[in-house]
Amino acid sequence: MPTDVTKNLAAAAAPGFVLERSEAVPALIGRHEDFLFVVGLGGTASDVGAVTGDGAHVYSLGGAMGAACMMGLGLALARPDKRVLVVTGDGELLMNIGALATIAVINPPNLAILCVDNGHYGETGWQKSHTSLGVDLEKIAIGSGIRRTRTVAVEADIADGARLLREGNGTSFVNLRVRPTEPAAFKRNFDASFCRDRFRAALTAS
Amino acid sequence: MVGDRENVGRQSPVSMDTALDTKADAGWQHDLYDLLRRHSVTQFGYVPDAGHAILIDRSIADPDVRAIALTTEEEGVALIAGADLGGARAVLLMQSSGVGNCINMLSLIKGGRFPFLTLVSMRGDFGEGNPWQFAMGQATQSVLEAMGVICLRIERAEDVILTTTAALTMAFKAGQAVAVLLSQRLIGAKPF
Repeated sequence: MPTDVTKNLAAAAAPGFVLERSEAVPALIGRHEDFLFVVGLGGTASDVGAVTGDGAHVYSLGGAMGAACMMGLGLALARPDKRVLVVTGDGELLMNIGALATIAVINPPNLAILCVDNGHYGETGWQKSHTSLGVDLEKIAIGSGIRRTRTVAVEADIADGARLLREGNGTSFVNLRVRPTEPAAFKRNFDASFCRDRFRAALTAS
Repeated sequence: MVGDRENVGRQSPVSMDTALDTKADAGWQHDLYDLLRRHSVTQFGYVPDAGHAILIDRSIADPDVRAIALTTEEEGVALIAGADLGGARAVLLMQSSGVGNCINMLSLIKGGRFPFLTLVSMRGDFGEGNPWQFAMGQATQSVLEAMGVICLRIERAEDVILTTTAALTMAFKAGQAVAVLLSQRLIGAKPF
């Protein structure tokens, strides 16, 4: 577990990362029932678990780091009638950053990616990630060919970011910069097979 | 992988034997594509590879299929799991060197008990001339089996449909993770 001192140092080292994830993530998602979710491991799984009550319309990773965006693509192509939201962190996204290029080429209109970027690997002791050291994920998304992108860094950006996640004729990417603080304290189900069956059953019934 | 194909392509001109081999390959590759489509596979994730060229070209041309070019093979593992969440069937087309890029991502398949089907064109195998290919080629089956993927190996064109039909049943009826290994004896070592 990181000490308060470690976390305070992390926060001090991250100018431009000022929003609180506990407020900004629910504000960007809005009515969660409107989406199918694929969620990265760690902090974002807790964030979305808290927003949805660990809903059956959510599939969260507990490992297989780097899978979230591509799972979202497979799901979005399988169900063009539903809106798919990938919620993941900067570390998880960086581990398979090429997925942005793969997704941009296909550009499904029902897919949106929300990256909760705190500039750190919170799970492993608050080491700085590349985004604290000059890497700009929105610019990578733009360079990959994703045409609808935003960085949400202050409260005034949130409404526009939320709109982008819900609308449009191509895949959208929102990079949400937040303070490096603990995610929501939420214990979600870690049984990957149970969650698969739950997700598929709920989607078939809907 | 792409670079491998380009490098070897510069080394030697295509011989008459190769041309004949390629023509013979085309028959079973078309049958294989038709088989996958009859089993409702609608997403084809691929890393460009000469051994899968016909499957790739046909999936791109098929209006009822999504052909997804991947930057690395592990993307295809996650794609398959996502397709399954939405009730669709996907297949991953890759070369044996790409199997090494998939190892940890296969945790998703094993832990989630997702149905999984990949067609692997072998390198570092029967008649291989590039020494760089042997490390991963010879480890391919062990690595897949270590991660819980059942391997079915094909050496002869007349076994392609039978074996792949078996793999489709094991993956999509029984929910298993299955790799069909297309040996260099089948696909030919020369064109690569």
